[in-house]
Amino acid sequence: MKRLGLVAVIIFGALLFSVSFELPDLGDAQSPASTHVSPYYIEHTLEDTSVPNIVTAILADYRGYDTLFETAVIFSAGLACFFLLRITGRKAPKARFYRHLPTGLTLRIEKGGRLPEESREFERIDSVWVPSDVIINMTCRLVVPFIQLFALYVIAHGHHSPGGGFQGGVIFGAALILFAISNNLRSSTRRLSERSSALLGSGGVLIYLGTGLLCILLGAGFLNYSGLSVLPGLDPVSARSHGILIVEIGVGIAVTAVMVWIYYNLASAGTQEEGL
Amino acid sequence: MIWQLDLIILLMVVVCGVAAISIRDLLGAAIMFGAYSFMMCLLWSIMGAVDVSFTEASVGAGVSTVFFVAAVFRTTRRTSD
Repeated sequence: MKRLGLVAVIIFGALLFSVSFELPDLGDAQSPASTHVSPYYIEHTLEDTSVPNIVTAILADYRGYDTLFETAVIFSAGLACFFLLRITGRKAPKARFYRHLPTGLTLRIEKGGRLPEESREFERIDSVWVPSDVIINMTCRLVVPFIQLFALYVIAHGHHSPGGGFQGGVIFGAALILFAISNNLRSSTRRLSERSSALLGSGGVLIYLGTGLLCILLGAGFLNYSGLSVLPGLDPVSARSHGILIVEIGVGIAVTAVMVWIYYNLASAGTQEEGL
Repeated sequence: MIWQLDLIILLMVVVCGVAAISIRDLLGAAIMFGAYSFMMCLLWSIMGAVDVSFTEASVGAGVSTVFFVAAVFRTTRRTSD
């Protein structure tokens, strides 16, 4: 079976390699894409949408329908992880571990035993707990706010520089994941619970969809943001720019929430009790 | 464009890709996959596709490596084949 796979890979690799000589060169001005597709966007993007970054304008405006379903794909990835791990993994662990803070003793509480939930002297710990390192803890604590700020900058500045809702959302989610790794999963789920991350994920997709439907209600086509210009203070061009921003924010929220949601389910094998 | 740099990064992509599928230790494979993603990110930015490179850096080299490590942590480090 392995040898068969290797033969198939070599044959198709050779095929791809031979066909690749037929492709136009990188940056070839005479290629069909450069003569028929790109010039329109290069010449008209700024006057159509007043967005300097052509990639952002194409992704969120000219090809907004594609991006809508890309966001839906991300959301369904989170949903798939939820259904695969959470439904089967929803059982309480056999034993929980608590650490008595003043003495440093560890208690093992069997299932059904009385748990010191409310006491301030006990702290719940993972079964593979190691003493937390001061340097790692403090570094993560200091770095996380800056990563989050950078993520917001990437989302908000996507009109002018590389970036946008997708990248910003991933960076924001990565900051929350870093917090969950450096502390533990429970202190992270206390701040952003699984339920709210699922709701935020679907909410982000709904913001995107709602913007498209609002455009229909205001008399333009689906996701044609120039329809928003009937709102006060907007002309068709700036309406498209603002529409792109709204959509990017929706994508950012959805991607952030879904990344965190997937991490919760993967790191705890669906139990949401103990993480990495 | 410096072709020597291009060649080195392309070679690194191939080496990382082959290493990622041939290493028996799954944690090592996850790390090699992250390195592969980062080299791809450098290639994209050499070709001028900065947005794609940004996405590759954040998704491929960042979050997906964390997901792989989390999955390895919850399952097994050794492969059967």
